[in-house]
Amino acid sequence: MAEFWTSTLWPLIIMVAQSLLVLVVLLIAIAYILLADRKIWAAVQIRRGPNVVGPFGLLQSFADLLKFVLKEPVVPSSSNKGVFLLAPLVSCVLALAAWAVIPMDLGWVISDINVGVLYIFAISSLSVYGIIMAGWSSNSKYPFLSALRAAAQMVSYEVSIGFVIITVLLCVGSLNLTAIVAAQDSKWGILGWYWIPLFPMFVIFYVSALAETNRPPFDLVEAESELVAGFMTEYGSTPYLLFMLGEYVAIVTMCALATILFLGGWLSPIPFAPFTWVPGIIWFAIKVMFMFFLIAMAKAIVPRYRYDQLMRLGWKVFLPLSLAYVIIVAAVLQFGGLAPK
Amino acid sequence: MNGILHNYLPLVVFIGIASVIGLALLIAPFLVAYQQPDPEKLSAYECGFNAFDDARMKFDVRFYLVAILFIIFDLEVAFLFPWAVAFGKLGATGFWSMIVFLGVLTIGFAYEWKKGALEWD
Repeated sequence: MAEFWTSTLWPLIIMVAQSLLVLVVLLIAIAYILLADRKIWAAVQIRRGPNVVGPFGLLQSFADLLKFVLKEPVVPSSSNKGVFLLAPLVSCVLALAAWAVIPMDLGWVISDINVGVLYIFAISSLSVYGIIMAGWSSNSKYPFLSALRAAAQMVSYEVSIGFVIITVLLCVGSLNLTAIVAAQDSKWGILGWYWIPLFPMFVIFYVSALAETNRPPFDLVEAESELVAGFMTEYGSTPYLLFMLGEYVAIVTMCALATILFLGGWLSPIPFAPFTWVPGIIWFAIKVMFMFFLIAMAKAIVPRYRYDQLMRLGWKVFLPLSLAYVIIVAAVLQFGGLAPK
Repeated sequence: MNGILHNYLPLVVFIGIASVIGLALLIAPFLVAYQQPDPEKLSAYECGFNAFDDARMKFDVRFYLVAILFIIFDLEVAFLFPWAVAFGKLGATGFWSMIVFLGVLTIGFAYEWKKGALEWD
């Protein structure tokens, strides 16, 4: 019994506690990121944004949660009810699942698997299913059209995200996210991170992340002037909340991924004394916030794309560019003798 | 615990707890919220009209085309993953064989472009 306790039960309890901690911290962080998004958007338009619930509106997201839970859930009579209710769950859980492998500091990761990048790539590919299921099962025209658009848009930009990840992998020689951050650790600090040698890829990753998470200026999936509310038209109450949650978690995942791939994860930008005393998690959070600020600003200042422009950008600009850069990086590593052994 | 379990069990536990949180949120309003359904409320939204016909209609073939192109290029990326990880150990042979592979795909891509498979208007 004692052996069973130490070998099986105790590690399991630790796992559950760690997972709960990460999820709760993540969800609270998302609540404030949502507020930050609204505040930044409001500030750009010289409005105040939410400022009534709590000091400076800090409790706004929690009030929203309460309101969502108390709203009447409507399941349309013509919909496929099982799939209709499963869809928001799928998109939310898949978005959250990516956080199991994201290292927030050295060793601060739920599961340090050696195929971390591949896992995140796979999970983010699956997220299109939540939208397809929602669009199809609603049995309503706007959600259906929106789901088609969403599928085409997300798969188009996934290809260029794949190539961008390949260029980083070429420089690192490992799929482990911790190893990717460790490879950027040098005496040059911020100048040694991959955002400098791979700068074009960093830009492509940023724009593709906007398209992949259906953020403005690529929010054609829910373009309200054309498709009402897109695939979420028939949803209300917490099923709608789960879609919103999944969307924001996916955005923050993309920010975290950009931080790990290009901005040195938890590493300090200035690699000497007072700055290296700051815990890695603080640097990681600052970098993720910086990436999110860029994404929020894009929403506030860039007008929406047209669908044909979106597809042209994905297939005719980003795909050839990222493919060419893969070959350039490989050639430089090969002939410069820089390839990781 | 052995290697693979040590690595992947936390992953399963994490996804399990995430599902429980999601499910709790999904079920909550069905338990606590006031519900009074009626036929108008439950009908599909179509700008206030009754739905003309079934929503699962014919759609543009270009969406299929995008899906097919995606499969080709995503497979290409899938091939590149192991190559990129082992790049340092493969040497010149690995480099040139992948250049040939990418060259063939680039010819295919140029053909698609010329044929207008990437046009969207």
